[in-house]
Amino acid sequence: MQDAQAPACLPVPGLWSSESRDLILPNGGTPAGTSSPASSSSLLNRLQLDDDIDGETRDLFVTVDDPKKHVCTMETYITYRITTKSTRVEFDLPEYSVRRRYQDFDWLRNKLEESQPTHLIPPLPEKFVVKGVVDRFSEEFVETRRKALDKFLKRITDHPVLSFNEHFNVFLTAKDLNAYKKQGMALLTRVGESVKHVTGGYKLRSRPLEFAAIGDYLDTFALKLGTIDRIAQRIIKEEIEYLVELREYGPVYSTWSALEGELAEPLEGVSACIGNCSAALEELTDDMTEDFLPVLREYILYSDSMKSVLKKRDQVQAEYEAKLEAVALRKEDRPKVPADVEKCQDRMECFNADLKADMERWQNNKRQDFRQLLMGMADKNIQYYEKCLMAWESIIPLLQEKQEAK
Amino acid sequence: MTENNFLLKKIEISVSEAEKRTGRTAMNMQETYTAYLIETRSVEHADGQSVLTDALWRRYSEFELLRNYLLVYYPHVVVPPLPEKRAEFVWHKLSADNMDPDFVERRRIGLENFLLRVASHPVLCRDKIFYLFLTQEGNWKETVNETGFQLKADSRLKALNATFRVKNPDKRFTELKHYSDELQSVISHLLRVRARVADRLYGVYKVHGNYGRVFSEWSAIEKEMGDGLQSAGHHMDVYAASIDDILEDEEHYADQLKEYLFYAEALRAVCRKHELMQYDLEMAAQDLASKKQQCEELATGTVRTFSLKGMTTKLFGQETPEQREARIKVLEEQIKEGEQQLKSKNLEGREFVKNAWADIERFKEQKNRDLKEALISYAVMQISMCKKGIQVWTNAKECFSKM
Repeated sequence: MQDAQAPACLPVPGLWSSESRDLILPNGGTPAGTSSPASSSSLLNRLQLDDDIDGETRDLFVTVDDPKKHVCTMETYITYRITTKSTRVEFDLPEYSVRRRYQDFDWLRNKLEESQPTHLIPPLPEKFVVKGVVDRFSEEFVETRRKALDKFLKRITDHPVLSFNEHFNVFLTAKDLNAYKKQGMALLTRVGESVKHVTGGYKLRSRPLEFAAIGDYLDTFALKLGTIDRIAQRIIKEEIEYLVELREYGPVYSTWSALEGELAEPLEGVSACIGNCSAALEELTDDMTEDFLPVLREYILYSDSMKSVLKKRDQVQAEYEAKLEAVALRKEDRPKVPADVEKCQDRMECFNADLKADMERWQNNKRQDFRQLLMGMADKNIQYYEKCLMAWESIIPLLQEKQEAK
Repeated sequence: MTENNFLLKKIEISVSEAEKRTGRTAMNMQETYTAYLIETRSVEHADGQSVLTDALWRRYSEFELLRNYLLVYYPHVVVPPLPEKRAEFVWHKLSADNMDPDFVERRRIGLENFLLRVASHPVLCRDKIFYLFLTQEGNWKETVNETGFQLKADSRLKALNATFRVKNPDKRFTELKHYSDELQSVISHLLRVRARVADRLYGVYKVHGNYGRVFSEWSAIEKEMGDGLQSAGHHMDVYAASIDDILEDEEHYADQLKEYLFYAEALRAVCRKHELMQYDLEMAAQDLASKKQQCEELATGTVRTFSLKGMTTKLFGQETPEQREARIKVLEEQIKEGEQQLKSKNLEGREFVKNAWADIERFKEQKNRDLKEALISYAVMQISMCKKGIQVWTNAKECFSKM
């Protein structure tokens, strides 16, 4: 039975358009049965890779930059400037510039999880700094965080559903976000509401094969990433210890140089050379710490949150199956399936569709991200060796030089 | 100094093999030691063709014996040092075991180097005992001991005494001694830190090997990314394995430094000899001066210096003029002898200083040449390591780009 209050879900995997939010779709049937005209531009959007700079198909650009420290009586914190440029109708102005702090991002993420529970929400950088005594206000920490927050918003921007989320819009545009926050659940979408009402207590008998496969993949993926994270940390640690020794090693050549006559310049040259290599090594370890490790951690967080979305999906399916069974047991001879069971089925099918689509998109992005990350790691190492090579090659003529009369 | 008379022009020396042996010590206990094969070839023909003329086996203790002999008989020469007796300055992967094949190999090279240095020294190359060392296997030890060189050696105590008490050593030797102390200290420090650096570098490379395995495991669950990951992992394995050869090459550099570390000791030995001779001279001069003084006093009757005779005279009465005459005569004899001795000692001392300083100048040039070469080869090693690193990471980057 058609219900005017039918959830505004998007049952057609892979075909998104800005109008589809308002579509009222027939319930039942497989998602593939419906036909929603897919505009060519949005189809293109879905197929194109995220880092395409072809501005013609993109209509929303968001950047995070310009961190600033605010010192108040109660606390000190950092804000970031969020610049938005868009031609979308949802935005009153073509350009916006607001300031937001971490807890605003955290709020946004929570809201997105609440309002779009069938979608994979990108992760935020960790809230608290656990390891060691890291200065929350150091340049390196702030820059690392800024990059992660920028990535977070860009991932939402690139998502065909999440980027139209109301909370996201307000986050990007509102002058006073706090006032909006106080409004509470006013703009929760119906899907969100209905899914929210699914409490635990339904046990899923078996996950469908495709979702089980996703679950298995995520498990192994997170495991491997964890290992890579540990290896990377270990490498950095060893490199730092190597650096410590180099810092003692170089100067000894200088000390020796002071004793010598003809050998003084060559020895001093070697000392300087080792000094240059030390500086290059320090740059390498800093880069790896600031650029490589955080991205790994982000993906581990990402797969964790994805696993919980999978579990929520299981819940929805479990509820549907339980209700279906209950109806079967009642042995009523009504040929039609009761409304609430139909609703459950819809919910489940929407969830499945959203999840599968997001998964595919996520896989694509993941591939891009890791290609870039690992190429970057290789690059940094190449640059390190190139710097050292240059240093050593430049002292060869100095060493070979015949010293004239003393 | 022309090189025409150097032994090396006529013969080629090599320590070509090392072999483990068992034997019995003087106490009839079983021991294991390493013997080294020394081959000598004469280069007589115009076309440089060499013919094997001698081959014999020697152990490390025989090398030591040879060197100790050279130290005693050529105190003005900076005698080339032997490779270390025990492995020191080791980084953790390197064995400190004397029987370890790598240590034995490096020692073989060091021993060969020692022989080549002696053979190319203008003075040492002509020594008979050295020649016999290369050519006479049996009985060589007895021959060396028959020279009685151990008796001629200066005692350490005597040398130490001289160091503290010498008043006017040649300034150049004092400076040289100071230099060799500093050199020894700085090279030791350098070798210690280098060993730690090697250790750390080893760790960095080896940990990268772990990427190989995890990339392989990860590639198993990936579709498009799999191949790129897998092949990149292989390059990480290559990278991790490359450090073994790199560090082996660096050991050669460490050995070159070690040789000069030990050379510092040889330099100090020459300085000590000078101090000893100088002290001896000063003592002889002092003794002569006091005898002259005594003589004078006896002749003039004034007693300025304390003497036992003077005291006993005071206590037991004056001596007779005849007695006094006799004493003067004895003293005059002694003074004459003393003056002769002083003259010859002076001559000896000056000869020593001249010869020693000539050898020291020769040594300085050799040192500067050798260490420059060592630094150049070290730089070349580093360059090679950097190039290898660039190659591996470029390969890995390419694999990643195909992910």
